[in-house]
Amino acid sequence: MLLKGIFLYFAAVILLSAVLMITRRNPVHSVVYMLLLFFHIAGVFVLLNAEFLAAVQLIVYAGAILILYLFVVMLLNVDKEKLGSRAHRFWPWMAGFGILIAGEVVLLLLRGSFPVNPELSVQQTGAGAEALGIALYTRYLIPFEIASVILLVGLVGAVMLAKKTIKE
Amino acid sequence: MTVMDQVANIAYSLIIPVAVLFGFIMLNAAYLSYMERKVLAHMQARMGPMMTGWHGILQPIADGVKLFFKEDIIPAKADKWLFSLAPVLLLIMSIAAFVAIPFGPPTDFYGILSNKVPLWLTNLNVGILYVLALASVGTYGVIMAGWASNNKYSLLGGFRSAAQMISYEIPMAFAIITVVLLAGSLNLAEIVNAQSEKWFIIVLPVGPVAFLLYLISGVAETNRAPFDLPEAETELVAGFFTEYTGMRFAMFFMAEYANMVVISLLVSILFLGGWMPVQILPNTWLGGMPPVSWINGLFRLMPPVLWLLGKVYFLLFFFIWLRATLPRLRYDQLMAFSWKFLLPLSLATLLTTAVMKQMGLL
Repeated sequence: MLLKGIFLYFAAVILLSAVLMITRRNPVHSVVYMLLLFFHIAGVFVLLNAEFLAAVQLIVYAGAILILYLFVVMLLNVDKEKLGSRAHRFWPWMAGFGILIAGEVVLLLLRGSFPVNPELSVQQTGAGAEALGIALYTRYLIPFEIASVILLVGLVGAVMLAKKTIKE
Repeated sequence: MTVMDQVANIAYSLIIPVAVLFGFIMLNAAYLSYMERKVLAHMQARMGPMMTGWHGILQPIADGVKLFFKEDIIPAKADKWLFSLAPVLLLIMSIAAFVAIPFGPPTDFYGILSNKVPLWLTNLNVGILYVLALASVGTYGVIMAGWASNNKYSLLGGFRSAAQMISYEIPMAFAIITVVLLAGSLNLAEIVNAQSEKWFIIVLPVGPVAFLLYLISGVAETNRAPFDLPEAETELVAGFFTEYTGMRFAMFFMAEYANMVVISLLVSILFLGGWMPVQILPNTWLGGMPPVSWINGLFRLMPPVLWLLGKVYFLLFFFIWLRATLPRLRYDQLMAFSWKFLLPLSLATLLTTAVMKQMGLL
């Protein structure tokens, strides 16, 4: 009962902060709502006994990625963003793709099967870190390596774009 | 179980430990400023605060009262919402880190209590990751304060701090992973127990290197001298908290001192054996000889929590000592030092540890 109440609190705040995040005019405020969102997602992970994932969620998303967003957003001219119109001529395309992706997610959720008792799936020694490591490096080795290669490509691409060309 | 039993249970397991811990943090946050002023003063052949109470012992209380009654000014063009939120966020993150830190093994206080109680609030399985996560979220307080003040010095301070914290978090994380590999656990209490034979600082060849990496990154994470560029007073007035007054200004200081205590606690727990007592050559012939063995026995009798706090206050003294000794780095030196020296070194340390562990040498 108590757990359900806590879950409902997390779910409500996640939805609310997600909506507020995309509706704020001030991009810095959006980032703050996103931080709130990440904290509550970490809370849901804790409820599922996945302490390791909760910590990683905060370290990777809140601690690294979002800080860089904030860095870029603060250098923007916020006042200009406030005055600009929100919709432009590509909005039907954007809405269409949004609905398509949302539909895919719903379809996958309907077709997939999830363990009914979450405590069985992740309650391991070491807060799931060991189980996660074994799963990633044996059963899901190829997808995991592909993901890391994609990240590496992004890294190299960023360096190439930022590099100054020296004329001979 | 009756209602009274439940109330008593909650009081013993939650309310009293939380009150003790909170008191410890607040006392430290107040009195570290006194310690810092006194130590700095004596290192510079001055006396420091002397007027309020014996040798100025009441100075933090006088300062607190003064700051509490000051006007809370919010600049007209500041983002009021974020301006108010930033110091609170920073302070909450630094206080929340204490929740997962073990201060000693379960104890019954020499028979005063009927059963043994643990000296921690929660013993998280991912304790070290939790502390790391909170430290990285604390950066938001600094950046938001810098941005929301709507002042160029504050903004520059906030940006410097963000870049610095991101850069030094990486070698710090690798130093922590090295310790996790040595201990085989992410749990802080288990990391301490793994050092009962040998502290990780003397595990050759990786221990001392990882210790120095963590110590340097820790000083940089707390924005202390010689890494105090975000608040460099010669260039940026006071950096990200230039526009703050009164209690909000005090919150930044409390957060800084609380962070210093967290870093000192972590250095002690990860490398200096936590609450394990100092033992002089315990496994050699010298350790069994009468004068040395008496000292070792005496050291083992002292309460473990005192050992931990002793190490912590030595490290805090060391931080202040650094501030009195070293000049501030230049900004490009700071960045180059992290990315070109600390990061490769931390990667090499981690790889060496992993290989040696796999070969059974550690």
